[in-house]
Amino acid sequence: MSTIFVLIVLQLIGESIVQVSGLPVPGAIIGLILLYAILMLRGQIPDEMSRTSGFLLQNLGVLFVPAGVGVIAYLPMIATQWWIILLVLLVSVCATIAITGLVVTRLSPRGIEAVEAVARP
Amino acid sequence: MSADGLVNGLEFLAATPLLWLSLTLGVYLAAVLVNERCNKMPLLNPTLLAIASIVVVLTATGTSYKRYFDGAQFIHFLLGPAIVAMAVPLYRHTEIIRKSAVALFGALGIGSLTAILSSVLVVRSLGGGRELWLSMAPKSATAAISMAISGRIGGIPALTAVLTISTGIMGACLAGYILRLAGVKEWHARGFAMGLSSHGIATARAFQENEVAGTFAGLAMALNGVATAALVPLIIKLLDRIG
Repeated sequence: MSTIFVLIVLQLIGESIVQVSGLPVPGAIIGLILLYAILMLRGQIPDEMSRTSGFLLQNLGVLFVPAGVGVIAYLPMIATQWWIILLVLLVSVCATIAITGLVVTRLSPRGIEAVEAVARP
Repeated sequence: MSADGLVNGLEFLAATPLLWLSLTLGVYLAAVLVNERCNKMPLLNPTLLAIASIVVVLTATGTSYKRYFDGAQFIHFLLGPAIVAMAVPLYRHTEIIRKSAVALFGALGIGSLTAILSSVLVVRSLGGGRELWLSMAPKSATAAISMAISGRIGGIPALTAVLTISTGIMGACLAGYILRLAGVKEWHARGFAMGLSSHGIATARAFQENEVAGTFAGLAMALNGVATAALVPLIIKLLDRIG
């Protein structure tokens, strides 16, 4: 519960900073940076925060459903060009994922797997 | 209950935000169950299944999106706090991020260029119109950013929204297969590729696979939002000069 409060307040502060400064960044990202700074100062993650943030991020998928449903209103828009769009997205998504993944793997230092194995929850 | 009472009752149900809130959560839970029954097959992505089912329900009952969203907005609202919450795994995995920083920036440049150029060039080679490729160019950035870019360069933001969500769903469904074919095994590389190409929806998928993957997906999503905003206008200008 306290974590939900902290997350919402930090987003609120983030939104306010964006309003005042006119930074072209979403308020939630400013909130993220603030929380990261707080964790750095504390030097550790409180248990409850670890659990609650884990819960939110495990269920991130459901949070995109309401906006995703909004797409139906625009489906007629792509009716005439749907096969071009499907083909383009397929090519582009496959190429981007494969190339990005390979570049990260090739450029990462040796032994990163060991660090990951330790980090694995 | 009289027939009038029943009609009134149904109208009350359709008007209360609780109905659409329950439907969204219930359908998503069912979708997760289906996904787990099928060995977490990536193609049966819970977000995709839930969106498709709700679209069917809204169409069948003649419910407007506005009415649906009045209820579902409480779930939508949690996106902001969830983004703030990403600070926790980012902090936990700072060491891997620091160790792979060079790789990440290299991949950000190459990946972002690939996402933009591949979509623009394939649309053009298939004879798609200018409006389509302008709307397509920023599709790998998260929806808020891609729509803003689209409006600035002369695309159609609503079309970009459809293309962006489709890119997210496609990435979430296909990444597992693509990365296996490409032989990319490390979680940080897998996550980074998913978030860069297919923003939040693939980031959600990455978190379901592994926390390191999810963290790097979130990081890639944020970085590629910035990179796409910087690169798309430059690329459009360049393409216009070449003709």
